[in-house]
Amino acid sequence: MNNKILKQELLAPGHMGCPGCGASLVMRYVLEVLGPKTMVVMPAGCWPTFVGLYPSTCLRVPVMSVPFATTAMAAAGVRASLDRQGKGETNVLAWAGDGGTFDIGLQALSGAAEKNTDIIYVCYDNEAYMNTGIQRSSATPPGCWTTTTPASAPKLEPKKNIVEIMAAHRIPYVATASVGYPRDLMDKVEKAKGLKGTRFLHILASCPTGWRHDTELTMEVARKAVECRAFPLYEVWDGVRWSLTPMAAKTPVTDYLNMQGRFKAMSAPQREVFQNWVDEDWARLSEKCGDNPAA
Amino acid sequence: MKRVIMGTETAALAAVLARVQVVAAYPITPQTVTVEELSDYIGKGELDAAYITVESEHSAMAACVGASATGSRTFTATSSQGLALMHEMLHHAAGGRLPIVMLNANRALSPPWNLYCDHTDSLSQRDTGWIQYYCCDVQDVMDSTFIAYRVAEKVMLPVMINLDGFYLTHTSEVIDVPDQEEVDRYLPPYDPADKVDVDNPSTYGCVCGADLFSSLKYRRQMETLAVEQAWQEASDEFAAQFGRSHAPVQGHNLDDAEVVIVTIGTAGGAAQLAADALREEGVAAGSLNLAMVRPFPYESFRRAVSGAKHLVVLDRDVSFGAEGIVAQEVKSCLYGKSSAQVHCYIAGVGGMDITEEILADMARESLGGQKQGLELGDSIWIKVLP
Repeated sequence: MNNKILKQELLAPGHMGCPGCGASLVMRYVLEVLGPKTMVVMPAGCWPTFVGLYPSTCLRVPVMSVPFATTAMAAAGVRASLDRQGKGETNVLAWAGDGGTFDIGLQALSGAAEKNTDIIYVCYDNEAYMNTGIQRSSATPPGCWTTTTPASAPKLEPKKNIVEIMAAHRIPYVATASVGYPRDLMDKVEKAKGLKGTRFLHILASCPTGWRHDTELTMEVARKAVECRAFPLYEVWDGVRWSLTPMAAKTPVTDYLNMQGRFKAMSAPQREVFQNWVDEDWARLSEKCGDNPAA
Repeated sequence: MKRVIMGTETAALAAVLARVQVVAAYPITPQTVTVEELSDYIGKGELDAAYITVESEHSAMAACVGASATGSRTFTATSSQGLALMHEMLHHAAGGRLPIVMLNANRALSPPWNLYCDHTDSLSQRDTGWIQYYCCDVQDVMDSTFIAYRVAEKVMLPVMINLDGFYLTHTSEVIDVPDQEEVDRYLPPYDPADKVDVDNPSTYGCVCGADLFSSLKYRRQMETLAVEQAWQEASDEFAAQFGRSHAPVQGHNLDDAEVVIVTIGTAGGAAQLAADALREEGVAAGSLNLAMVRPFPYESFRRAVSGAKHLVVLDRDVSFGAEGIVAQEVKSCLYGKSSAQVHCYIAGVGGMDITEEILADMARESLGGQKQGLELGDSIWIKVLP
């Protein structure tokens, strides 16, 4: 690959992710900005399996693999320890999937954010428990197929709004990003890096295995999610100042849904529910953001 | 310096003297005073450490894992439900070979709710790989904390220091508080050979295959079994410097004892008095305070009771469907090595007082005297409502 963007490449070749994995690219982009003085703390999920069998590792930074519910507070322990040793310049990157963030890790995340713990928390969101075989999470969109929301028992609830939850902690920076827009993603990591306290990045990571799309469509699907506003891009400063990231004009969700096998079995009413969920959330978000410029 | 001080205050002061660098803890009765005192010591700058307030015990141990793995001397404290909530993290800390020291105030598990002394909380964590030490008095709380860090950082395993809820956590005694210089001489700064570090990137706790996994477990078991000796040495060194010994097995009049009362925790004092009373009746009695339950001190225990015919084991706990946990441990230790009869007594659960008289009666009954308790399975229960 003619690599003009990435200079450091802290993700070594040979990771064990699926072909076309969005989450592996997210790590690559995030580490490109944070650099080698970064300590990664990650719970169970897809990523620890990518790292490789001990003693191999695909990351050129240290990785701590911790139990599922603990990411943010294990990272808080690392932070306190490094600060006590005068290593405040080392970034502590808490790194978890949607299961580890929206669900089992939420209590520890809230505990760390409430204290404005000085960590960067990245949630790579592939909208289901992919590592265990595509089971529903609270980040799964309505009507989406997973192995625990089969056509016979579809998910009716909308995707949990994790950004509103994190913004309610009044932490300095919360932002969404999509693997489909690496430049924007890295700009936001750069902004997060320049701040102190809990910084939360919610990053959409398309997953060909679980979303049932061709591996070469990883970036395109992740862009389509943004275009149709199923995953809008925005930032929240100090929990109060909301600002939209410039995006292409809003499109209907149909194109996005049709690209992926996970939405194939959706009925027309279910598609309508999906569109309504997107529209309502988008209207609410637009109102919050108003004309605030991106900072 | 002599000082009148409570068990939980002592644990906090011991952590200060041990110069811990990171504390992460969640309050729970009857441990609370320890975390309150520590936050104040750190707030006032009397201890140069980070205090992480957490939203649960599970997170407390998670933060300890993060801090310890990156090279800081780490302390926490919990009790009962909190310890149970930590269960997953206890395995993780021991498997990660992290020398964390934790106070556990022994308290009953619900339901029904009960805040008082019971050993089921810590004994049901005995397979997590933590070294478990049970204190018999307040001085033991102070001293064993230093020994715990010294052993933990040598063998790279975590230590759980257990205090009987209320009997020890809320009892004040006159103890000797050592000078900081003396403690520093015994316990040098923590400087691990290996830690998670950006200057030497490596992985901690990632995936490994079955062959390596099995080998790591074998090695950990080997090194855990060696802790009995390591603790004994650390206790001997402590005794040489401070004049007080805190061995894995602490005996009283065992040399010619035919009947030995075996206890863990604070009941050791009453057991000594009971043994002395039995001696006055002409019974060759002694008592044994089993201070270390994990690793089980096989060699010291077998040596200590080699002449005994009857072991009267007090269990402030029960393993439902089996018997008292300490009695099981004792039987396992002696199987094929001793012909002594092991009598399991379940008493004092949920904070019921264990007196010298109750313990002496257990010994008399074991020797064929009047029956005091209710026999159930392989155990005898004391003071059960009719």
